[in-house]
Amino acid sequence: MPEVERHKYDVVVIGAGGAGLRAVIEAREHGLSVAVVCKSLFGKAHTVMAEGGCAASMGNANEKDSWQTHFKDTMRGGKFLNNWRMAELHAQEAPDRVWELETYGALFDRTADGRISQRNFGGHTYPRLAHVGDRTGLEIIRTMQQKIVSLQQEDFAESGDYESRIKVFAECTITELLKDGDRISGAFGYWRESGKFILFETPAVVLATGGIGKSYKVTSNSWEYTGDGHALALRAGATLINMEFLQFHPTGMVWPPSVKGILVTEGVRGDGGVLKNTEGKRFMFEYIPTVFKGQYAETETEADQWLKDNDSARRTPDLLPRDEVARAINSEVKEGRGTEHGGVYLDIASRLPAEEIRRRLPSMYHQFKELADVDITKEPMEVGPTCHYVMGGIEVAPDTGAATVPGLFAAGECSGGMHGSNRLGGNSLSDLLVFGRRAGLGAATYVEGLPARPAVSDADVDRAARDAVAPFDPPADGAGENPYTLHTDLQQAMNDLVGIIRKDHELHQAIERLAELRQRFAGVQVEGHRQFNPGWHLALDLRNMLLVSDCVAQAALLRTESRGGHTRDDFPGMDPVWRNKLLVCSIDPAEAAQAVPSVRVTPEDQTPMREDLLALFDLSELEKYYNPAELATHPSGSVSATEGEA
Amino acid sequence: MGYDAKFRVWRGDENGGELEDFTVEVNEGEVVLDIIHRLQATQTPDLAVRWNCKAGKCGSCSAEVNGRPRLLCMTRMSTFQPDELVTVTPMRTFPVIRDLVTDVSFNYQKAREIPSFTPPDDLKPGDYRMKQVDVERSQEFRKCIECFLCQNTCHVVRDHDENKEAFAGPRFLMRIAELEMHPLDVADRRDLAQDEQGLGFCNITKCCTEVCPEHIAITDNALIPLKERVADRKYDPLVWLGNKLFRR
Repeated sequence: MPEVERHKYDVVVIGAGGAGLRAVIEAREHGLSVAVVCKSLFGKAHTVMAEGGCAASMGNANEKDSWQTHFKDTMRGGKFLNNWRMAELHAQEAPDRVWELETYGALFDRTADGRISQRNFGGHTYPRLAHVGDRTGLEIIRTMQQKIVSLQQEDFAESGDYESRIKVFAECTITELLKDGDRISGAFGYWRESGKFILFETPAVVLATGGIGKSYKVTSNSWEYTGDGHALALRAGATLINMEFLQFHPTGMVWPPSVKGILVTEGVRGDGGVLKNTEGKRFMFEYIPTVFKGQYAETETEADQWLKDNDSARRTPDLLPRDEVARAINSEVKEGRGTEHGGVYLDIASRLPAEEIRRRLPSMYHQFKELADVDITKEPMEVGPTCHYVMGGIEVAPDTGAATVPGLFAAGECSGGMHGSNRLGGNSLSDLLVFGRRAGLGAATYVEGLPARPAVSDADVDRAARDAVAPFDPPADGAGENPYTLHTDLQQAMNDLVGIIRKDHELHQAIERLAELRQRFAGVQVEGHRQFNPGWHLALDLRNMLLVSDCVAQAALLRTESRGGHTRDDFPGMDPVWRNKLLVCSIDPAEAAQAVPSVRVTPEDQTPMREDLLALFDLSELEKYYNPAELATHPSGSVSATEGEA
Repeated sequence: MGYDAKFRVWRGDENGGELEDFTVEVNEGEVVLDIIHRLQATQTPDLAVRWNCKAGKCGSCSAEVNGRPRLLCMTRMSTFQPDELVTVTPMRTFPVIRDLVTDVSFNYQKAREIPSFTPPDDLKPGDYRMKQVDVERSQEFRKCIECFLCQNTCHVVRDHDENKEAFAGPRFLMRIAELEMHPLDVADRRDLAQDEQGLGFCNITKCCTEVCPEHIAITDNALIPLKERVADRKYDPLVWLGNKLFRR
């Protein structure tokens, strides 16, 4: 039996970003004991990188806003593939979740009458994003971190121990979920600092591990984004959906090379910034897709009028949903109208006074000044698409965040469904709050209703420990693989073959390449010892990246249409037959014990949208996405009745 | 474009260590963290460094470059001459765990000692009303990314472990100032700042302000106004008399 530090908690939350912290708060408010485990220091999670804001239809900037409009915008953004129940809950509850943050001490920017100010963003009909300059994510994570401290202070007053109910396990990585029969019984991992093993005996695990961007070469994501939650869930027997949908944020930095991929907030465009090609042309007017025709401004004058007053004109196409803008930039560059570094220009300098730019976009000003020697108040920025967000994730019950494995819950980026094929900017921070709370609540309710606690078996712990140190063993044959080289090769393969524009033969090639990488992974070998050893940490994270990348490639191959964050060169159109289909990823239970099991992907139908929600949309709009038969229940009657409508 | 740079990196653990020399490739536009990563990938796979966003937003990669407290991801290689030796060492104020990684738990302990935001009892969610001009003062302090470079550079604790117990450091004194200036906070932390968190140790040398990667005017906008608020209370003759008479 290996030496393992043991802990018992009611709920274990893996990941300390926005979703994880909100889940912790909720479970603790139910009186449960909660451990929160994170790979970084507490308060450093990727949520700090969110810049633009948190979408919630509070109606502070335009009274006409409502949850129904937010719901509709979200469904349109996701091209109607979203889990409509999640989109509904999200739109309804987001305002309460934002107001709640003020009670924890958050300080959002204000309107003239002292309420929370809201800004424009891509795909949102009204100014809807609560924000703090361009560092909204930092405000949200710090606020929740401080709320957790205040709960710990309450626990201290009661018990004399700050950690009697909430304990943070920072710089600790979970490598395996353990089960008793079909239920979750624990989580096994190691301290990054010492390399020592740790075991949590718990009936409920909430996964809030974020995304998978580190499988790509050009990404806005940090090293933590290695798809841990996705892979842990798969190996525990849960399912993933929508993995073919990746969001390439249209505006990442492209120069210098070392910062390639770092995010440039959509807030730049929300505050009036425009995209231009090297001919100086505002090219987005050329790229308004048919489904959005009529909803966007068609001239520069109209677009600029909308910025001043969004009731008297249609919105600028610079603020189309992210998938559209990313593809447009991609085309401009491909057709030779891009910059020498492979990007296009994003110009705010000619649109706002220098002082206003520094006030509204302080961290963008700072970021370009310090990393690229560019003064954004004087020159345009150079930008291009960067792998930013995975719409796909763990399949969950909308109301409780429960995965298909009893005791397993998920929220935030690592869960799937909410955003459909494409997420609107600003819907991520609100997603974290709404579903972080719901997953915390779901886990608490599950634990309270359990007749007996599941038990962890010694054999499972032994096996998890053996797997964790496997990268130290020399391979049976040949020289050991360097994990850094393997990682670089994976990133290159995903970037080249499963990127923003996909092709059938490239996807086949990607799947072959991934199989080779899995083979090579079997021979991975790390040097040194277990104490703070980044080579070892990477080797263990690679296991997850390889598994999740396989899901992305396989699902992308199967979906023979283009929709949102999945663009097939060989199937450029959106296909109504595919609208209703989810591609569900799982692993063969017989292979679960392998380091990187193989993935199977099966199509499944979605539950049809509830009638009252369907009725919120004009039939003429739905017809662009749906098969006529699916619309038979729409209150405005048969399809033919509305022919001739705009 | 590219050149080979001379790097000197501290390697070791709590039992001691030493500076090790490396020659390593540098390309255009790179920052010190890129070079540390290249060392990991090509020469020293187990070199320990803490990092996360690589965009100056998370405050993880704090260390000292040629003796100056800096974020490794925001220190551009172009600020050095190609023949200049670049020395990277861990933050000196905190105990070393390994190589460039230090034990910063001191900061998380201090954070817990400060009473949290306290809104008025009868204020409901959604009813918060504040003027932009009023929230801006605290917003400046909330730009803090908790890189702890100010804590590291502050001479009160930099070479004086014995002061750590009685001194919260600039980051957490600023946190007190932030809460005191929050337009809707009703708690009073002035006595705590002076008597328990060591505000009096600060003699406003502004070293914290100088190293802050977020350019927060820690001394001018947080610490000095906090000292003024404390002095206002402590040396107000009426308060003094009240305290004498009624022994709080």
